[in-house]
This record gives sequence, C-alpha cells and structure tokens, in this order.
Amino acid sequence: MIGFRDVVVRYPRAAGPAVDGVSFEARRGAITALVGPNGSGKSTLVGALLRLQAHASGAIAIDDVSLDALDRRAFARRVAVVTQREALVFPLPVREYVALGRYPHEGAWRAAGPDDAAALERAIALAGVEPLAGRRTHELSGGEWQRVRIARALAQGGDGLVLDEPTTFLDIAHEMAMFELFARLARDGMAVLLVSHQLNLVARFADAIVLLHRGRVAALGAPAAVMQASVLEPVYDWPLVVTHDPAVGAPALLPLRGRAP
Amino acid sequence: MRRLFWPLAMLALVVLVVAAVLWGAVPLSPKAIVAAALGHGDRETVAIVRALRLPRVALAVLVGAALGMAGGALQGSLRNALAEPYLLGVSGGAAVGAVVVVTLGLATPLLLPLGAFAGAAVAIVAAIGVARAAGGRADPRVLLMAGVVIGAFANAAIMVLLADAPADTIRGALWWMMGSVAGADWTQVAWLALYTLLGGTALLALGRDIDLLALGEESAAGLGLDAERAGRRVYLVSSLLAAATVAAAGLVGFVGLVVPHMVRAAGLRRHRPLLAGSAVLGAALVVCADLVARIAHPPADLPLGAVTALVGVPFFLIQLRRFA
Repeated sequence: MIGFRDVVVRYPRAAGPAVDGVSFEARRGAITALVGPNGSGKSTLVGALLRLQAHASGAIAIDDVSLDALDRRAFARRVAVVTQREALVFPLPVREYVALGRYPHEGAWRAAGPDDAAALERAIALAGVEPLAGRRTHELSGGEWQRVRIARALAQGGDGLVLDEPTTFLDIAHEMAMFELFARLARDGMAVLLVSHQLNLVARFADAIVLLHRGRVAALGAPAAVMQASVLEPVYDWPLVVTHDPAVGAPALLPLRGRAP
Repeated sequence: MRRLFWPLAMLALVVLVVAAVLWGAVPLSPKAIVAAALGHGDRETVAIVRALRLPRVALAVLVGAALGMAGGALQGSLRNALAEPYLLGVSGGAAVGAVVVVTLGLATPLLLPLGAFAGAAVAIVAAIGVARAAGGRADPRVLLMAGVVIGAFANAAIMVLLADAPADTIRGALWWMMGSVAGADWTQVAWLALYTLLGGTALLALGRDIDLLALGEESAAGLGLDAERAGRRVYLVSSLLAAATVAAAGLVGFVGLVVPHMVRAAGLRRHRPLLAGSAVLGAALVVCADLVARIAHPPADLPLGAVTALVGVPFFLIQLRRFA
C-alpha cells in the first residue's frame, strides 16, 4: 500500500544522500518493520513520506498513486503517521485531541458531522483509550499518551499507519500491549509500517523486516531471513549472536559484551 | 466554567463599556448620555458623548479584540505560551513603520496602518529568523529574546527618526509609544474596525490550522497541513491585526499575552472558540484598562500601555516560571 521505489533523499549541505535508493512496500494486513542503526535513514524516510524533506529521485506511492499527485489532505485520509515525539504546549482534553484526527476530512467552516463523531468513537475504542477519554493530555503517563496519539491517527480513517519508534520510552507491559495493538490493526487489514529498535519484538510481530544501513536496504524479507548474525553484525557493527528462543518460538538476538566505545 | 464563559464575558464587556461611557471629567446622567448619543440635548453634551467618549470606548474595544486574537493566534501557531505582538517586537516594528510614514508626511488613515503593517511584517520575519538561526524553535525563550531585542531596536530607530523633530512631535510620539486611545476619532475607529473584521475573520478561518500548528510541524504535516504555509499566513494576519492597533492607538503590550490564557483557563481550547473568546475578553480588558487609566490619577490620564504592562508583567513572570 505504501510503496517506496529507488527513493533518494539528500539534506542540503550534507556530503552524501541520507537515503540512497530504497525500495520496499508496506502491504495491507501486515506489519512491515523498518529497522537499522541510528542515522541509517529510517526517520528520513518518514520525513519524505510527510513531505518534510523532498526526495531527490525515485517515487513514493500510496496504492500506486504518486505522492506528488496526492494533495496533503488526501494523503492524510489514507495514511496516518505517528511521529517520534510530540509534546503539547497547551494541553487538550483527550477527546478533543483525538478529534483533531478528523482534520483532513474537514473544510474550513464545516462543523463536525455524524461521520466524524462515529470515526472518533471507533478510533477511541480501537486504540482502547475509552478510560482515558475524560482526562487531559498532560495528565497521561508516557504509555497512555502514545495510545492516545495512535487513537488520533486511527481517527484519520485511513488504512495505512506509520509509527516512528512508538515504544521507545515504554515499560515492558505497555510496549507489549502496543505491539499487540499493531498486530490486531494489521489483522484487521491495515498496512502498518513500524520503525523500531526492538529487534526481538519486531522478529515476533512483523511479517516483513526492512533493514537499513547507511541509507540503503541491507536486507529485506521475513524475520527469519533478516534475523541472522551474519546479516546484523556488519550493519550494527557490534558482536552479537542470534539464537532461537523456544519459549516464544522466534529468533532472539543477544548482543555480546564487547569493546568499550 | 466553559458554559458560563460566553455569558460572563459578554456581560463583563457590556458593563465595562457602559461604565466607560458614563465615567468622565464632566458628570453626565445615563439619560443625558443616551439622549446625546441619539443627537438630543444641548450641544456640549452631544459633543462630549459623540466626539469624545463613544469613539474612545469603541477604539478600546477594537484594540482589545484585535490584540487578543493576534496573541491567541501567535501563541498557538508558534507553540509559545509567551508569544504576543508586543513581546515579539511586532508592535515595535509596526511603530517604526508608522513613524516612517508620518515623517514622510504620508499619514493618511489608509497609509498609516499599511506602513505599520510593513514594519510589523519585517519584525516578525526577523524575530522568527533569528530564533531559527539560533536553533531555538523548540525553546520559546529564544524567540522571545529575539522579539524583545527587535523591540529595543525599533525604539532606538524611532528615536533616531525623530531626532530633529520638534519637541511637540517627540512628546506626542512618546505618548503614543506608551499606547493610548485618548483622542480617538470616528475615522480611526472605522479603519480599525475594517482591519479587525478582515483579520479576525481570516484568523477564525485559520482556527483549525492553528489547532494543528500547536501540535508541532511534523504532526501537522501528518494530518495533511502544509505547516510552513499555514504558519506564514497566521503570522502575517496576526501582524496585520497588531499593526492596525499600533496605527490607531500606539503600543499596548501584554493584552495579547494575558487574554488567551484566561480564555484557555475557562476551557476554550480549540482555536476557533479560543480566538473568538479572546476578542471579547481582550475588548473588555482594554476598556477596563482605559477606565483605570482615566480614574487612577485625575485629572491626568495614565498611558494605557503603562496600565496593561502593570497587569501584564507579573502575569508574564508567572508564566515564565513554568519554564524554569
């Protein structure tokens, strides 16, 4: 659904391209994980999708419609992006915050209609934030806030969801609950594109993994194919082993003790 | 609180307007004032009511409404709880523009606000540019420092421009730089009403965009907003509103800072109701401040900007503490 073909992104005054010929597709009904070391180009790709950075060449397409042919609102009606960080200067009641997700459906003066109200309730239920609906954004814990942000993204009503490191500051329970939510959304038919550093969780939840290294795709495929020490070690530049964890039935990555930096 | 906001704010505005019309050096009965407003009664009373009190109160209403909306829009779009036209140097830039127009001898009711607008636009572009260059888009204090410095530069520029002006002009300019709605006339009121109506409508139309800008550039982009273009529009319209008030009443600070916070505290948080509420409460606040300016130290008028600063600076410090 969300397709990248030979995408190149250059930052002004940078020596080389930040993203250098990346191609892959995030399909409906699947979690596609985008992984790689810091600075490998993951967030740059998200930025290009949001048109915060122009891509120098290649094509980004939503269902084979080029991003250039989609106006920003039409894009936002189909694909929602939960960015890495978001802090509100002026707190909002949770329900009003989630309702901002209806923006791409609104005109400048039209009041919210029954469609908007239904989409709002659906998003709140889907993200499991009903108990938070009466609270205000600054009263939420980190995990609750991430869930509320996902509810806002779901209120946009599209079937593409892009998440940039959504579980970075979460404890184990909140992180697992979040991954289960992504799995359910994918099962319900959404295309979930997940940027993450949690390789072991990605190995268990994702249907496909895209491994980026210095702006290029170093490996792409099913978790079992990408989760190999011979693939990951040169990319992360750190000694590691990958075993099979019988308890969860998935590959498990263990970084070894190594040199001091 | 939220349900009570509109009736209470409207009531406060009406009460203050009535009080401001009733109060004055020449005591007049309410009946005589109503009659004079309709053109009945002796000539002197009609002149006092129609040429002095009503335009003064009307100008205060418009200045407050415009500044309240400009402040609310700037705070939301810049994600900065301390933003407002005066502290960002926008009003100072507008003052320079207006003084340039005056010294060129082009001070017509049409050109004065346009000159002020040109100065305001330069000032806001400079303030945002300096903050970006300093890498301070995330830190509201950097933008504010840039604004305050640009305001100081504007003051200096005005002093230089007026260096060889006659003493009377300089005294007038100083008075104007402290803000005043005394000496308002209906032409000024009409022009400011036009600019406030146009700018206010534009800001209300941009209300939903400002809601998104308040989330930050990335999140706004994710929701389908061209954040850069929307931001530019909001800055320009807010500058226009602020410039129009400067052309009519000089520098009145802190109204744009205080008022949106009061409206938010009452529970109006989406920007369309927030801006509409800021217009009403801003009008009430400036009418009240002008009333204080007249009452506090009779028979002299205090500068209006001094009264709003006396209220605004402590409020500013309370807000600033939150960043410490």
